[in-house]
Amino acid sequence: MLRFKNHIFPGSLEEAYELNQKRSNKIVGGNGWLRLGSKQCVSIIDLSNLGLDGIEEKDDEFIIGAMTTLRELELNKGFNEYTGGAAKEAVRHIVGVQFRNCVTLGGSIYGRFGFSDVLTLFLALDSYVEMYKGGVIPISEFAKMKYDNDILVNIRVKKADIKTVYTSFRNQSTDFPVLTCAISLGSNIKTAIGARPARADVVEGEIPKDMEKYAIETAKSFTYGSNIRGSAEYREQIAYVLIKRSLSKLI
Amino acid sequence: METKAVNRPMRKKDAMALVTGQPVYTDDLAPKECLIVKLLRSPHPHALVEEIDISKALKVAGVEAVFTYKDVPDIRFTNAGQTYPEASPYDRLILDRRVRYVGDPVAIIAAETEEAAERAMRLIKVKYEVLEPVLDPRTAKDGPILVHPEDNWQSLCPVGADNKRNLCSSEASEGGDVEKAFAESDVVIERTYHTKANQQAMMETFRTYAYTDIYGRLTVVSATQITFHVRRIVATALGIPKSKVRVIKPRIGGGFGAKQTAVSEVYPAFVTYKTGKPSKIVFTREEAQTASSPRHEMYLDVKIGAMKNGKIKAIELHTLSNTGAYGEHGPTTVGLSGHKAIPIYSKAEAFRFTADVVYTNVMAAGAYRGYGATQGIFAIESAIDELSHILNIDPALLREMNITREGDFMPAYYGETANSCALDRCLARVKEMIGWESKYPRRIMENGNIRAVGLALALQGSCISGLDVASVAIKVNDDGFYSLMIGASDMGTGCDTILAQMAADCLLCEPENIVVYGVDTDVSPYDSGSYASSTTYITGNAVVKTCASLIEKIKEYGAKKMGCNPKEVDFDGKRVYKTATDESITLKDLANFAMNFSDTALYASEMHTSPVSPPPYMAGAVEIELDRETGKIEVINYKACVDCGTVINPNLARVQTEGGIAQGIGMALYEDISYNKAGVMRNNSFMQYKLPTRQDIGTVEVTFESSYEPTGPFGAKSIGEIVINTPSPAIANALDNAVGVRIRELPLSPEKVYMEMIKNED
Amino acid sequence: MEIKLWINGKLINDDVSPDTPLLEYLRSKGCYSVKRGCETSNCGLCTVWLEDKPTLSCTVPLMRANNKHITTLEGLKSDAEELGGFLADEGADQCGFCNPGFLMNVLAMAKELEDPTEDEINEYLTGNLCRCTGYTGQLRAVKKYLEHKRKGG
Repeated sequence: MLRFKNHIFPGSLEEAYELNQKRSNKIVGGNGWLRLGSKQCVSIIDLSNLGLDGIEEKDDEFIIGAMTTLRELELNKGFNEYTGGAAKEAVRHIVGVQFRNCVTLGGSIYGRFGFSDVLTLFLALDSYVEMYKGGVIPISEFAKMKYDNDILVNIRVKKADIKTVYTSFRNQSTDFPVLTCAISLGSNIKTAIGARPARADVVEGEIPKDMEKYAIETAKSFTYGSNIRGSAEYREQIAYVLIKRSLSKLI
Repeated sequence: METKAVNRPMRKKDAMALVTGQPVYTDDLAPKECLIVKLLRSPHPHALVEEIDISKALKVAGVEAVFTYKDVPDIRFTNAGQTYPEASPYDRLILDRRVRYVGDPVAIIAAETEEAAERAMRLIKVKYEVLEPVLDPRTAKDGPILVHPEDNWQSLCPVGADNKRNLCSSEASEGGDVEKAFAESDVVIERTYHTKANQQAMMETFRTYAYTDIYGRLTVVSATQITFHVRRIVATALGIPKSKVRVIKPRIGGGFGAKQTAVSEVYPAFVTYKTGKPSKIVFTREEAQTASSPRHEMYLDVKIGAMKNGKIKAIELHTLSNTGAYGEHGPTTVGLSGHKAIPIYSKAEAFRFTADVVYTNVMAAGAYRGYGATQGIFAIESAIDELSHILNIDPALLREMNITREGDFMPAYYGETANSCALDRCLARVKEMIGWESKYPRRIMENGNIRAVGLALALQGSCISGLDVASVAIKVNDDGFYSLMIGASDMGTGCDTILAQMAADCLLCEPENIVVYGVDTDVSPYDSGSYASSTTYITGNAVVKTCASLIEKIKEYGAKKMGCNPKEVDFDGKRVYKTATDESITLKDLANFAMNFSDTALYASEMHTSPVSPPPYMAGAVEIELDRETGKIEVINYKACVDCGTVINPNLARVQTEGGIAQGIGMALYEDISYNKAGVMRNNSFMQYKLPTRQDIGTVEVTFESSYEPTGPFGAKSIGEIVINTPSPAIANALDNAVGVRIRELPLSPEKVYMEMIKNED
Repeated sequence: MEIKLWINGKLINDDVSPDTPLLEYLRSKGCYSVKRGCETSNCGLCTVWLEDKPTLSCTVPLMRANNKHITTLEGLKSDAEELGGFLADEGADQCGFCNPGFLMNVLAMAKELEDPTEDEINEYLTGNLCRCTGYTGQLRAVKKYLEHKRKGG
């Protein structure tokens, strides 16, 4: 269980940033995962009072605050319309409504967890992470970065003329995924594969003519590992199946 | 007998307290000043404690005491909730120098707060001599590593145990000429099946608190199914007289057999005994997952001989059961894998059952709903389908030809006769419910998935024959309401209610006129406990008997008050009346008279036991949808039909069945206790051990085909355990019917299914 | 740290240790209906309403409840009895340990979803584990309760 002495609600991002430079302090999102470790820290830094919750839709982009809960993402009309329901599909298998009312998008994305459904989804969209000091970074780049002491402020999704499909494969309906897959199709195709079980990754290319071939080759292009939910070999098969099925929905 | 309460759906007596969240469970009731008890657990599967330094831990503010193996009595005991002398070996100490699995307690910490206890725990320094563990049960027997080399290890019963061979027990039995029957068979199949440990995963983990009462006695309040056995276990472990221990069971948040082992009781009992202060332990989910009492892992070798026409000649089963570090329920569960699976087909001419139960360095196993029968039935019911495919006979038909029917002698079922058996009707009913004739074996869906059906049969017992006992006491109170006192533990299943329903019909009153008291060893009449599917059958019979003798007493007292011979009167529930003249005296008046210048106690108590254990029977049929590209099995429909004799409370029996099926589906599809190479269990939370959610079980439909059990109360048999037995084999059979892939090791995870399908294609 | 919150409408000012989960705090204030079933946010037993949203109280650090309204089953007595009656009538209360968290989420669902289908009910409630009933009896009870509410009950 996570033990700490202070629970601080900074009044500004600058204050939060300053606090976060100390190793003994930790930023807490929805507190879904952080507390599961046996960590001891002096203070947890809570961004709840910085107005970072909520989804703002602009003409050319969505700005999703770091403290937006997964449940808000699931129910947001505009964003789900834009993603063809992929946003809802990416989160609705995560534990349960009560859990999704707690945990935040910022926590999920910042954590860059191997099992993350949402990281997979955003990798397939034209998404950027706005860091307090680091500025706006393409999410594909952010996904590869090491953890630092910066603060994730929001996620930006640039609107484009694309169609998106999200699928995941789970051994049990609310378990961590064995594999996740998000594909968006516009002028080209972006395929993100997650829960490999390493961090999600994305490949981008021209729209293929031979879907079967694309599914096989794209599935092969990722690397996979083994854990109790599935072997590397099996994950590659599932990747192929999810890519193929997603394509059939898109084309 | 006409029934007004029995065979009626009735709310559980405690229902409204439970649904409105009243504080009725162990941790809700524990005194606030309880010391918090925590256990430091071994990180090694097999080691000796060389040095243990608790000095720093004792200095932590708020720490009351830290105990190590040096502080506990050198008296071995078992935590198994079984009648004395227990079949399970006396192989435990409260804390031992030798630790035998990852999670075995090394020290007991008692502190004023959880935080202090945790801090103290981190400050205990232990130096271990790490020993090589035995992790594979197949290499345990007569292997070089002994789990229990100690000389004061003790087996109290002749169960074929030998600690110097890692044997917790072994047995063999047979009937008929086995070799001849196999020799005469046209077809003989031999297959090996493997079932894993599963966690009962009741929502309330193990928890207990203890305090010293005004008489200086140790009072233990615990979430247990075995209130009376806990008294004996605690007294034995502490080496104190049983008269010094009192045990109380409040409401329990589920048990399913987990709480038939005294998993948590001895620790706070020891702390309170040593410190004189109240103390409590609440197991974390991680502890409940890794250091508790799960189902025994088993390897089952099945051999079946049959004629080409489908007549089964002989069934042989050898079971290797893994009891883990300690032997709780080891010798007894294994017996059911044979004796409650083979008798489904009693028409066979011969049977043989042999078994070994071995010690290994993993968490000790215990009792889980089904208690070995579940494992045996998975093996036998899978093998029967495999046989049917070889014989090219519809598996339902093969079963119809060979199953036990009413009146059949069951040699493998302890030589009992099936005096009440509607298994044939159950089978016919589920075939109809699932649409067997039109759906067997499979059909291909538009999306390429395959829908297939599979079925399985099951039996269980209704008590441990010749052993289990239950006594019941009923007293008449002011105005004539009754107190029903039982020693059986209601664990949410509703036994308090169904026993009151039986009593109401016997005493010709409304169930509301009967109050039931939960179990307290100082107050309640003795009952061996709520396990082995015995409560309805054994305690129910004790209720019937007690009511009969109470009625005699009421009649005698009524006759005395009316100045006549008891033979001249009868009792109609409300009054005692003279049969000739209808002159009467009300129960209300009698009850109040009995409290005023009276020499008559309107009180009765009777005990029951049974030389037989009439089996309930069940048929389950499943329709699955298989994704051929991923290997994922989805349960679409589950249809079940149960013969539990007379159904005492249809609502509660139905929910029992639905709940058992859901647990069975979890066991079949994903519940999988597994260890890494270092002997560390990988499923230490609900994150890594997935229970079925409400999205995972498909549509479950349950019906009853009742036989009438002549020895049962109102014709009833048991229901609690049998209901978990059919899903695993039914789903494995459906998978085979779908794609010809036979998986003999649970669970049927998508990857396993997919990889087998690929292998088949090659 | 100083906290101010409302538990079932009652204002409480308190000095607390901030790493107490909301769950343990609520129990210490007599809300014994709030149960712990796991440490990993998987079981749903500890469900309470945080400003009317069903939330896992094991996951919420106490100070997140500062200036907020918390509702537990203790604060919803008549709703609990009404909905609980349907569970009791199915025998689907069973051991009862998961019931309070389950009721909290059903009552939240009844406010949030209009006329939900069986699949929508199962999806909304899927975070509430139950090991006794196999969920089927709970589903019968919930459907009957929703029907009863639709008819103006």
